[in-house]
Amino acid sequence: MEKLKRAIFNISSMSLLTILTVVFIFPFYWVITGSFKTRADNLKLPPIWFVSKPTLESWQVLFKQPAWQWLFNSIFISITTMLLVCLVSAAAGYVLAKKRFYGDKFLFSMFVFAMALPKQVVLVPLVKQVSFMGFHNTLWAVILPAIGWPFGIFLMKQFSEIVPSELLEAAKIDGCSEIKIFTDIVIPMVKPGIAALAIFTFISSWNDYFLQLIMLNARSNLTLQLGLATLQGEFATDYGVLMAGASLAAIPIVVMFIAFQKSFTQGITIGAVKG
Amino acid sequence: MNEIKNKSKNPFDIIRNWYKNLSIDKRQTVTSYLFLAPALAFFSLFVVIPIITGVVTSLFNYTNKKFEFVFLNNYIKLFSNEIFLKSLKNTVVLVLVAVPIIVIFSLFTAVVLYKKNAVLRSVFRGIFYLPVVTGTVAVVVVWKWMFDPYSGVLNYVLMRAGVIAQEIQWLGDKRFAFWAIVIILITTSVGQPIILYIAALGNLDVSQVEAAQIDGATDWQVFKYVKWPGILPTTLYVVVITTINTFQCFSLIQLLTSGGPNYNTSTIMYLVYETAFKQYKFGYANAMGVVLAIIIGIFSLIQFKVFTEKEVK
Repeated sequence: MEKLKRAIFNISSMSLLTILTVVFIFPFYWVITGSFKTRADNLKLPPIWFVSKPTLESWQVLFKQPAWQWLFNSIFISITTMLLVCLVSAAAGYVLAKKRFYGDKFLFSMFVFAMALPKQVVLVPLVKQVSFMGFHNTLWAVILPAIGWPFGIFLMKQFSEIVPSELLEAAKIDGCSEIKIFTDIVIPMVKPGIAALAIFTFISSWNDYFLQLIMLNARSNLTLQLGLATLQGEFATDYGVLMAGASLAAIPIVVMFIAFQKSFTQGITIGAVKG
Repeated sequence: MNEIKNKSKNPFDIIRNWYKNLSIDKRQTVTSYLFLAPALAFFSLFVVIPIITGVVTSLFNYTNKKFEFVFLNNYIKLFSNEIFLKSLKNTVVLVLVAVPIIVIFSLFTAVVLYKKNAVLRSVFRGIFYLPVVTGTVAVVVVWKWMFDPYSGVLNYVLMRAGVIAQEIQWLGDKRFAFWAIVIILITTSVGQPIILYIAALGNLDVSQVEAAQIDGATDWQVFKYVKWPGILPTTLYVVVITTINTFQCFSLIQLLTSGGPNYNTSTIMYLVYETAFKQYKFGYANAMGVVLAIIIGIFSLIQFKVFTEKEVK
């Protein structure tokens, strides 16, 4: 009886999952194929499920827009944010995990508490502050505020726990400077953590549409996400161009995700499962 | 020797000597704060200060022209503002509908997947995470097409199947727009919970599961009495982060409906955006933000209480 139940559950759940898989992959498939169809073909019903005569028409229209500039901006923002977040968080996470000092407990609980803060709620005052500081509508307006978020610190603290304290003590006795201990002993040992944080930060920074929307508005300053959103206004039903834009925004990040899936998964699980 | 060094006028030497003469504890503290300095600087500047200015300016009538103290007036105005109340209702309904579906869906998927081999697991994980990675703006392009009343696939299929007689304006009709948003929100939200659940289920103590099976427990009993308690902390985490994220739902709405028709899909976060960046009423927008933050805080606290009590039992 139990065996039969199990078999029924397995078969029905796997078929349900297969259907869902199609639902989840379809948008991605549709965006890529759609970008190679003509404008008319994209509006046809019944839909043209497979492209027989690919055309670059939509891509050409897309690149009449400053799409290369948008791509560059997105890459610049994501990479800079990623590097700064990793550096700042690795240093902070290390001392929070490995050093006992005045105020350590308080600081750590403050960061943990701040992780639960609704991030978007502070965006309005943040915009005002960034304009006051004079870098609103520059790429730094998207980069610098992203570095203060405490998730990275928490993650690096979790990873730094694995560094054996005896090793650090021994290095100290041998006369190693604090900086050298950090760069030569700690960093190599927490590399998996840094990799996880790097890919995580890259993806969230690439896709942080809301922050980009309120911080950037000059047309040459847009990111791919913003550029694509602007195109949605201008090319309303020219789905080919929109899908070319969407492909350009999605492909780099999806490739990156697939390449680093393992690190990424590790990054988002370590804090939550067993934490 | 020390005295001679201390007389050196080089500021570097002075600092170095001061540092060397500290007790070990104090030295530890100084070093630690030096490592923490960049993190603390960014955190104070871009998280703490905006929170403070946000709360303070919520007490002001703050626009591009004005800046006058009105105390709680913004808050009083909020609760007689029909659009705000509508957005508040939408936001809460969105959370109450979407969060349970997201949690159950991801748990179900993870239960089916976690025992499969590593390749299959990682393929499915990738697939369910795809909409998150692709990014809301790109995902919206496809959904816009699907919901397109005249050239979209949804109306086409439904009309061919004879379910509907004429085109439905999915995103422009107040009966459907909100639910269209809910569906897209779910597909873009399950990725992370699935990853977390697969990891949590994989970490469970196998011997306990086996012991229960040997004692003749059915699969459902094993799940209910062994696995579910084991993944309760993960469930708490998933519920809390999903709730926080859903409360802040913004991009989908801004891109698909702009809160319409007639504010039927507006959420608080969308209204905050509109009030601040379209109407330039910053103080008023900040008051909404504070209310939202308080509501999120209360929800998280309740969830935390409920789940930790269960764990104690």
